[in-house]
Amino acid sequence: MTHETKRKIEGTAALLLSTLAAFSGLFWLIFILADVLIHGIGALHPSLFLNDPAPAGVSGGGLKNAFVGHLMITAFATLVGVPIGLLGGTFLAEYARGKNISKVISILADIMVSVPSIIVGTFIYALMVRPVGHFSGWAGAIALAIIMIPVVLRTTEDMLSLVPWTLREAAFALGAPYYKVIVQVVYRGAATGIFTGILLSIARVAGETAPLLFTAFNNSFFSYNMNGPMPSLTVSVFQYAMGPYDDWHAQAWAASLIITIFILFITVAGRLLLKWRYKH
Amino acid sequence: MAQSAKRDVADIVFAALTAISSMTIIFLVTGILVVLVSESSLSIQKFGILKFLTTTDWDPVRENFGAASTLYGTAVTTVLSMLFAIPIAIGIAVFVTEIAPNFLKGPIGVAIELLAAIPSIIYGMWGLFTLAPIMTKYIEPALQQTLGQLPFFSVLLEGTPMGIDLLTASVILSIMIVPFTASISRDAFNLTPAVVKESAYAIGATKWEVVKNVVIPYSKLGVFGGVVLSMGRAIGETMAVAFVLGNNHQITSSLLDAAATITVSLANEFSEADTDIYLSSLFYLALVLFVLSFVTLFIAKVFLLRAERKYSR
Amino acid sequence: MTETIELETKGLNFYYSGDIHALKNINLTVHSKGITALIGPSGCGKTTLLRCFNRMHDLYPKHRYEGEILFQGNNLLANGIDLISLRSRIGMVFQKPTPFPMSIFDNIAYGLKLKGIKNKAELAKRVEKALKHAALWDEVKNKLSASAYDLSGGQQQRLVIARALAVEPEVLLFDEPTSALDPISTSKIEDLVATLKKDITIIIVTHNMQQAARISDWTGFLMLGEMIEFGTTEKIFTAPSEKLTEDYVTGRFG
Repeated sequence: MTHETKRKIEGTAALLLSTLAAFSGLFWLIFILADVLIHGIGALHPSLFLNDPAPAGVSGGGLKNAFVGHLMITAFATLVGVPIGLLGGTFLAEYARGKNISKVISILADIMVSVPSIIVGTFIYALMVRPVGHFSGWAGAIALAIIMIPVVLRTTEDMLSLVPWTLREAAFALGAPYYKVIVQVVYRGAATGIFTGILLSIARVAGETAPLLFTAFNNSFFSYNMNGPMPSLTVSVFQYAMGPYDDWHAQAWAASLIITIFILFITVAGRLLLKWRYKH
Repeated sequence: MAQSAKRDVADIVFAALTAISSMTIIFLVTGILVVLVSESSLSIQKFGILKFLTTTDWDPVRENFGAASTLYGTAVTTVLSMLFAIPIAIGIAVFVTEIAPNFLKGPIGVAIELLAAIPSIIYGMWGLFTLAPIMTKYIEPALQQTLGQLPFFSVLLEGTPMGIDLLTASVILSIMIVPFTASISRDAFNLTPAVVKESAYAIGATKWEVVKNVVIPYSKLGVFGGVVLSMGRAIGETMAVAFVLGNNHQITSSLLDAAATITVSLANEFSEADTDIYLSSLFYLALVLFVLSFVTLFIAKVFLLRAERKYSR
Repeated sequence: MTETIELETKGLNFYYSGDIHALKNINLTVHSKGITALIGPSGCGKTTLLRCFNRMHDLYPKHRYEGEILFQGNNLLANGIDLISLRSRIGMVFQKPTPFPMSIFDNIAYGLKLKGIKNKAELAKRVEKALKHAALWDEVKNKLSASAYDLSGGQQQRLVIARALAVEPEVLLFDEPTSALDPISTSKIEDLVATLKKDITIIIVTHNMQQAARISDWTGFLMLGEMIEFGTTEKIFTAPSEKLTEDYVTGRFG
């Protein structure tokens, strides 16, 4: 066997392995999604959305409270997390551009993006739950907001940095003060990217469970009261899945399906939006 | 005159708002550290540092707590999952960047991003209801019959396969890590300039040789940073593992035994802790985890920054 | 400069992505052991033509060749041609210096190792020979294990030339090799290329007409994918037959 033939065989083998790896990755995706779909669809009844949880062991219960609660918590987290992240990213990309402080904050923010979310839960527990003696929707929302802030901050910083400096110069040349340049020109230039970053951060926190475990805790009753324990989809899935009833397991699958569809939808929409915008 | 003074104020206010917002990051990092230390002070005082890290006991009744068992679980699941995940992730990255025809690159790239976006609780659910039974019925017994007959592996594969164990947890964790690592590796590989690759082809290298000798060494900082980043994520993963690990505080030599990681213990026990020392010890665990993941993520970031700097030469 | 023909294109047409007709019916003869320059305005197809000779276009799908390129009498566009061995006989140097992420020594040795040469003494000997051939030996002989990135731009380009020379190709293709370099490095490379032609057939693409006039023996002028005129450098620059050629070399357009 010539050296060249040996090289060719080795090359083909290696590339074949890579291809196998890629398809095995695809395989897991399809397998998991298909599983969630199959199990989840079977349990999708209107009662899931219309009913509140039934007493343990009794069938016919739903997760209406968890849907609403989850929505409220996520909405509030977004209201708090997004503006802070947006303004923070603006500081790093504009006023503090190139300065050391912006590098430090940027690095810390990147680390915070990947820090275990359960630790945020313990942090908020100490700050907002223990002192008042009870769980609350506010605590859960703040915990999620804390997770959102670094994500939005970093994407905002990156997207703003993509806007060419000449654009700002043109606005300055017209006599605009910096804050107007930012809000009226730079934000507009980076709008799609920033919006996508926000979408993706919502997708991220909507699927979180750990930070809610001991902040908002959970609630088997319907509640609008953010001052008390709030029901959430993810925690409900956790509790139902670990519980003994088949009925609960089915509901957990259905809820998982809804969560997955929601998150995948937002993620795909966000990516498509980015692709569309940056092709022009 | 009054006009420009008013504008200055608006500018100053806006700038201040942005500055304060960005400072929240610093407040958060220091705040978390301070709060965790303060909450665990009771436990730190009682158990000290070295002793806590090396005690395998975790006894709420006798109020003797130590991090060793959960650290063990964290270490084993992390290392094992990385072992499974990294070759596959790099294989995927090679496939997407070098092998796949153009029409496939987009869809597979999207597939990877989607996998990475799936929340960990979904992996946990799937792990509990689908993977664990498969592990118990087929895979673990099969492993015991084959690999388990060899000297080293027999110890690792001892015991009755129940599905709720270190091995299953590691498999799920690895499936979770793959898309993340693949995505970062792919980005790192794509930074290799086409001209450099063409130079290698021009000398007569095969496609695989170009990948092995040029692309991978060129991107190694980025890939390594991605690997360390994935490790940081694996350390802190809770829900994917919580369903299938069992939260059994023990150091066990068999991968088919239940165990506990810091994250799983926190998830299961935090709201049940009934004594001050119990809760404080849990906070202590959280502190250890925070420091561990912070350091790991910091190291990853250093590598990734170095990679960026190198490529903008 | 001999009169033997090393490479010859016969009715060469090239299409990008299936339909963009980038090269139109090119008929070109490249003489052995001489320097043939390809000149023309941006986008005229000179680099496209160059990259046909070592079938670089094959790396990217959906491109199409038509016609023949005869290399020492054999059509290298035929089916079944072994690209790997072709590329060790026809080498290429690119516009931007492209050292591999390895030491200086390993860069040069790379092509040799690909061919299976493992003997350390043999490798060292051939690396030294290549570096001397590329006029870089004296500058790097004491730091062969240093990273290639430590060298200056001009040195990196000579390194890349040495790397191409190490496998002892019969033809060397240069794609605007000095356009990214300063004037001093440029003249060093030009001197180097002039010495190389003793042993190797050279085809050089350049957008710098004066460079073509300085170093080449033959020149081909392309425009919009067509070979407008081809002849000795002296003729092309002093007494071209085509008006377009004359306008280009006198700078009336560029």
